[in-house]
Amino acid sequence: MKRSSLLFCLMFLFSSLAIVQANDIEQQIAQIKQVQKEGQGNLAASKAVQQLSKADASALVPILSSFEGANPLAVNWLRGAFEAIAANAIEQKKLPVEKLEKFVLDTSQNPRARRLAYETLIKVDSKAEDRIIPGMLNDASVTLRRDAVQRLIDEAKSLEKADKKDQAKKVYQQALTGATDSDQVKAIVKPLRGLGEKVDLQKHFGFLSDWMIVGPFDNREKKGYDTVYAPEEKIEFSSALEGKDGKVEWKSVKTEDDYGIYDIAKSISAYKGAVMYCAADFNSPQEQALEIRLGTPNAWKIWVNGKLLFARNEYHRGMVLDQYSVPVTFKPGKNVILLKLCQNEQTDSWAQRYQFQLRIARPSGTGVLSQNPEATTQLTP
Amino acid sequence: MKNEYIKLLLPLIAVGLCCGADWPQFRGPLTNNVSTSETPPSKVNQENIAWITDLEGRGASGPIVVGDKVFITSTTGFNQDQLHVLCFNVKTGKRLWERQFWATGRTQCHNKMCVATPTPASDGKRVFATFSSNDVVCLDLEGNLLWIRGLSHDYPNASNSLGMASSPIVVGETLIVPVENDDDSFTTGLDVKTGIARWKIKRPRVANWTSPAILKSSAEAEPLVLLQSSEGVDAIYPETGETAWQFEEGAGRIPSTTVGDNVLYVPSNGLTALVPGSSSEPPKVLWKEQKLSPGTASPLVYQKRVYTVNRAGVLNCADPQTGDVVWRLRLKGPFSATPIAAANHLYLISEKGLLQVVQLSEEKGEVTGDIDLKETILATPAISDNSLFIRSDKHLWKISSK
Repeated sequence: MKRSSLLFCLMFLFSSLAIVQANDIEQQIAQIKQVQKEGQGNLAASKAVQQLSKADASALVPILSSFEGANPLAVNWLRGAFEAIAANAIEQKKLPVEKLEKFVLDTSQNPRARRLAYETLIKVDSKAEDRIIPGMLNDASVTLRRDAVQRLIDEAKSLEKADKKDQAKKVYQQALTGATDSDQVKAIVKPLRGLGEKVDLQKHFGFLSDWMIVGPFDNREKKGYDTVYAPEEKIEFSSALEGKDGKVEWKSVKTEDDYGIYDIAKSISAYKGAVMYCAADFNSPQEQALEIRLGTPNAWKIWVNGKLLFARNEYHRGMVLDQYSVPVTFKPGKNVILLKLCQNEQTDSWAQRYQFQLRIARPSGTGVLSQNPEATTQLTP
Repeated sequence: MKNEYIKLLLPLIAVGLCCGADWPQFRGPLTNNVSTSETPPSKVNQENIAWITDLEGRGASGPIVVGDKVFITSTTGFNQDQLHVLCFNVKTGKRLWERQFWATGRTQCHNKMCVATPTPASDGKRVFATFSSNDVVCLDLEGNLLWIRGLSHDYPNASNSLGMASSPIVVGETLIVPVENDDDSFTTGLDVKTGIARWKIKRPRVANWTSPAILKSSAEAEPLVLLQSSEGVDAIYPETGETAWQFEEGAGRIPSTTVGDNVLYVPSNGLTALVPGSSSEPPKVLWKEQKLSPGTASPLVYQKRVYTVNRAGVLNCADPQTGDVVWRLRLKGPFSATPIAAANHLYLISEKGLLQVVQLSEEKGEVTGDIDLKETILATPAISDNSLFIRSDKHLWKISSK
């Protein structure tokens, strides 16, 4: 009787301690999630993260679960604590591998948290990659998906080498469904086209290829960047506007480039000290939070439905795919995208490009097409 | 009064504490590329490689050394958006810990450089790692997170499509972080304990890859921080960010100002030697010399001589009083890493990974040894434990006397 009482007391004590620890962990996580811009909340978060980092392995999954709804700064704070705990757990051979794998496979969880769980898991389980990655081809996690695509690329290459062309083609096609990183897309599309397959890269990435364009307006001494010209006030395709060198009119242009590049310098004129405005529609079936992904070596501003989303006053520092990602919420139906593109007056040979590429994508990078593609190509004057 | 006196001395003490064998930031304890107490090998060959450790991803940031630990940064991922801070044992090269974070700012970079280009810094208790994404991570020496800032997250137009390269420095209780670029351009002084800004000042809106330097004009004087830009050099107080004086004749945006014997050597009009100004007096130009124009590597002052390496890989040695060239030595370049000096030798590592050791004398410089590490190396090495610490993307080397 005495022994059972003692046992009961010990069990009560341990369960109470576990509850206290769990409560502490919850509070510390909540404190960390309060961090905001400009160091707001840093003092309290710093204390919390140092305490949390000393927790045992039972805190790992709660930390991962807390990524959902946390801002990008808080996610990094949480990752700092997670890694400190995970390093200790690995050293003590106490990593909760089954729980981590379950977490990786739970697609309702935050994609970055799932990737972190996966990276931690493979430190102790060399076979986890073979079990997990093949199922990640269309995952919301950019990096899990990338690994899955790479396995298929490697497989397709082997098949191609073995002269199994039909099988290789199928595997390349499968790989393309998950590929969004340009290096992988290129590694798939080149052999796929070599095998006789047609690939519409503009469609794959979600590039806008048909634009209405007007200009040039004056940007001498780079003053046009902050000058409000008529298209910023109202888009009227039928009106002639006062440009830099006289009247200018909107005209329809189209790019056939695989990567959606529209080259103003080559296709219209190598303007210097100029502003051009480019407009396109994007039809959305419902309200949706997406990203406008822009590449350009020129200064720019972008509006959606008349609202300024972002502006960047930088000239000739290179141009790459997805150079800028601007979050946007499209309303149901027609959305009007207006891009202001500014060219300066530099005479250096490396400062002559006047071009852009613009696509609509999910945060994971997969391209999103306008609901009615025809609508984006028929912005008639 | 007594407290005020101690308060004034604190930054000096903090700088002084770092002046031992540690190499706590880009270009060393006093940001002048010189080690006064160490004796790295003067003749080097493959047998001088004490250890090599493997690295992943990309990294053009230099190693730093604090006590028995070497710290480096690197990045992985297709977009280089995984930011790594790594710690190794000085004696063995064993990896002690690694922490990773996600970039919260843009990670676009020129192919030559990478997101892990700024060299980390330490105040002896903490490590501060900054990246081209303008994320600032503060860890203790055991890898425990103390705080994080995401400066591009806070200020989304603070970025450079070619990448940010300026390294932070620590002076007293302030971490000075330059975020100078074509758009939202600033430098900020962060409290080392919390990461909260003590100050934030607007800077010229032009891309800038230079790093700050420390000016300590006398043992009693408060250290000043020298911020270089296309407009010149601003000397600021590290605690407040207020300007002490300005040099307004323009300067380069890649090689950084160096201080030697209380004279600034500014990459401006070739190379300009400048006597510091004060609140009442502007700085005074001692001389300007086009022939001493540095390439990518910053100038160096050592043993009463000023050294620059030009774009052709020629090492120039000049009289710091006049700017007159004393001797020249053609080396195997090109060089991105800044030369460092110790024990009467200069250590220069080329972009192709050739470490060249130059013995210095009044009349000439002589290459006394080299090691071909056969990898692209852009990072400025560190000197500590009588050794050199050199890193590429793939490896970290310790080069020691046999």
